Amino acid sequence: MRTLTGNEAIAEAMRQVNPDVIAAYPITPSTPVVEKFAKFVADGVVDTELVTTESEHSAMSACVGAAAAGGRVMTATGAVGLAFMFEVIYVASSFRLPIVVAIANRALNAPLNIHGDHSDTMAARDSGWIQLYSENPQECYDNIIQAVKIAEHPKVRTPVMVCFDGFQTSHMIENLYVEPDEVVKRFIGEYKPIYPLLDYEHPVTYGAWDRPDYLMEHKRSQVEGLYAALEVINDVGKEYEKLTGRRYGLIEAYKLEDAELGIVVMSATASTVKDVVNKLREQGVKAGLLRIRAFRPFPASEVAKNLASLKSVAVLDRSWTGGAIGGPLFHEVCSALYNLDTHPKVVNYIYGIGGRDVYPEHIEGVYQDLSKIAKTGRIERLLGYLNLRE
Amino acid sequence: MAPIRLKDIAGKTEKFARGHRLCPGCGAAITVRQVMLAVGDRPVVVATATGCMEIGTSLFPHTSWRVPWIHTNFPNAASTISGVEAMYRAKRKKGEVSKKIKFIAFGGDGGTYDIGFQALSGAAERGHDFVYICLNNEGYMNTGGQRSSATPMGADTTTSPSGKVLPGKIQWRKDMVRVMAEHGIYAAQACPSKWMDLMRKVEKALEIDGPAYIDVLIPCPTGWKGDPSQSLVTVQKAVDACYWPLYEIEGYKIKLNYKPKEKIPITEWFRSQGRFQHLLKPEYKDLVAKIQAEVDRRWERLLKDAGEA
Ligand SMILES: Cc1ncc(C[n+]2csc(CCOP(=O)(O)OP(=O)(O)O)c2C)c(N)n1
Ligand code: SF4
Repeated sequence: MRTLTGNEAIAEAMRQVNPDVIAAYPITPSTPVVEKFAKFVADGVVDTELVTTESEHSAMSACVGAAAAGGRVMTATGAVGLAFMFEVIYVASSFRLPIVVAIANRALNAPLNIHGDHSDTMAARDSGWIQLYSENPQECYDNIIQAVKIAEHPKVRTPVMVCFDGFQTSHMIENLYVEPDEVVKRFIGEYKPIYPLLDYEHPVTYGAWDRPDYLMEHKRSQVEGLYAALEVINDVGKEYEKLTGRRYGLIEAYKLEDAELGIVVMSATASTVKDVVNKLREQGVKAGLLRIRAFRPFPASEVAKNLASLKSVAVLDRSWTGGAIGGPLFHEVCSALYNLDTHPKVVNYIYGIGGRDVYPEHIEGVYQDLSKIAKTGRIERLLGYLNLRE
Repeated sequence: MAPIRLKDIAGKTEKFARGHRLCPGCGAAITVRQVMLAVGDRPVVVATATGCMEIGTSLFPHTSWRVPWIHTNFPNAASTISGVEAMYRAKRKKGEVSKKIKFIAFGGDGGTYDIGFQALSGAAERGHDFVYICLNNEGYMNTGGQRSSATPMGADTTTSPSGKVLPGKIQWRKDMVRVMAEHGIYAAQACPSKWMDLMRKVEKALEIDGPAYIDVLIPCPTGWKGDPSQSLVTVQKAVDACYWPLYEIEGYKIKLNYKPKEKIPITEWFRSQGRFQHLLKPEYKDLVAKIQAEVDRRWERLLKDAGEA
């Protein structure tokens, strides 16, 4: 047992992974990850080449160069930092480079706001990266280690974003299990790069240009890695459970088997929802929770399987989506359910933008709305906001 | 370092293969060929920024590169190669790579002076061991010949066209070699018409442990509206007009590498290309005089700094 913040848990996992290169640029609230790691470098406890770049654009560019050169590569960022990386983010996934990035989720400007919401990673949701969302510091730690194995799996070879809520999780202190260094080392194993740039005797060309005669095929083949990840994420989770006793899959179904009312949410808010579910269950309300851990690839069939028999479902989105009818998680859940013979009524709530608190009473309010919808079969308001001054 | 001899490089398997898609007479192609010949048998990894050179040499499923080569985006040849070089250092430390590998990044003037400048300056400050070569055709040619901060005053480009009230580009060009030298690194100005000088500079830069910058004025018959068969003759005029002096800076010390026997007027450089034709009209007499005065001022300063005045 160690007492660590989410950021510290990530730095600790990174130390144990001991990547070949970390290229990074500071941004709140993930800055302590790299600060802590820099101390490991300064103290000589890791072999990593730390490249402290002059911007996030260069950090991701250096990560891509380093990973193409043929080794383990990591970085940390969030918010405008991720936005500044954007064009290179696509290069990383298109080259099928197993880079792991820790992202303390944070709002995007303007107005400037350094607090948590998912607008940053939702903007990068279609970039071809795997996205894992962590509920607490323990899962931050566990996800970094599993992400290495998922990203490097020969069938996947796709970069992974390990997302966690800015400040809420990044700065939250928790007692958590840290595995012995040897256990982590054995779990992730040796990395065998394919087509490394440093193999000058077998020169390869990275990043040629495609005319209309090839890009569709290249994009189509790239997505195979993401589809393969659906199984690999589950497999790696099972293997990790054997080692640590902690179980992870694409989703977490909480008291859903016999549930009538369900909430779908990601990251830290799931803990609040679990408390509310426990309370409602004591009162005889058949409430449940579906936490999405892997948003990309989206586990549509698992979502459908777990929600199909419910009466009403509320999807909680923590991102601002200009002009859309609801948030991105809502759209995914609706798509997963639409072609089923029977499915629940689904509504959407936007919450937690720019770090706005969500209290148990707000979640209770959502379940009350769901209960009304379940009884009447009628949706009065498709899209609502939690804890908003109106 | 023994001087490069023609008989040593003739007949070598070229690392920059034939069959690229750059325009006839393109100075970028000529320069990269000279650079890759100067690399010789050294193991090398190359990064290239988006632009003519990248587009002309990497149309899938073909490649002109017989060396490991990477293109990611337009602004980041320097930061991409930084990562490659960092991985090389990590692997050397762990004993996974034993042979010495060299790293080269190519960028156009747009990818170097403008959008890639931050990445280049950052990489130079961090001291990565790489040679950055700017293929400077004084404009964004791959996107149709727009002005860049390397475009000289008076040039007619697609975003600084000469018109009824404007003469073409109205600003001076950025003096990038001086800027890069102020990072405390080796920086040189070269030209493919003086190929021996260029190749010697490449060799020198490769031998340096740390960053090095070489700015090469490359003729672009398409963007400059010049005669493709006269590319190297054209660009030599820039050198002989002392508009593009050949020099190098090492440890902040300037060395002049070539002094034309006779300094030709800037108008001879203008006459060889379509982009300057309007300047030859009488109404631009004053502007031409102003440009000539600036060329003279920069040349005099260089002579003084190099201890030649
Ligand atoms: C971020 C970004 N902005 C704009 C472009 C479009 N673009 C591609 S190449 C290029 C100009 C390249 O000019 P330069 O670097 O001088 O090289 P040249 O083509 O002249 O050799 C531009 C503007 C791009 N690829 N990426
Ligand atoms: S436009 Fe100019 S730089 Fe580009 S390929 Fe043609 S000649 Fe070369």
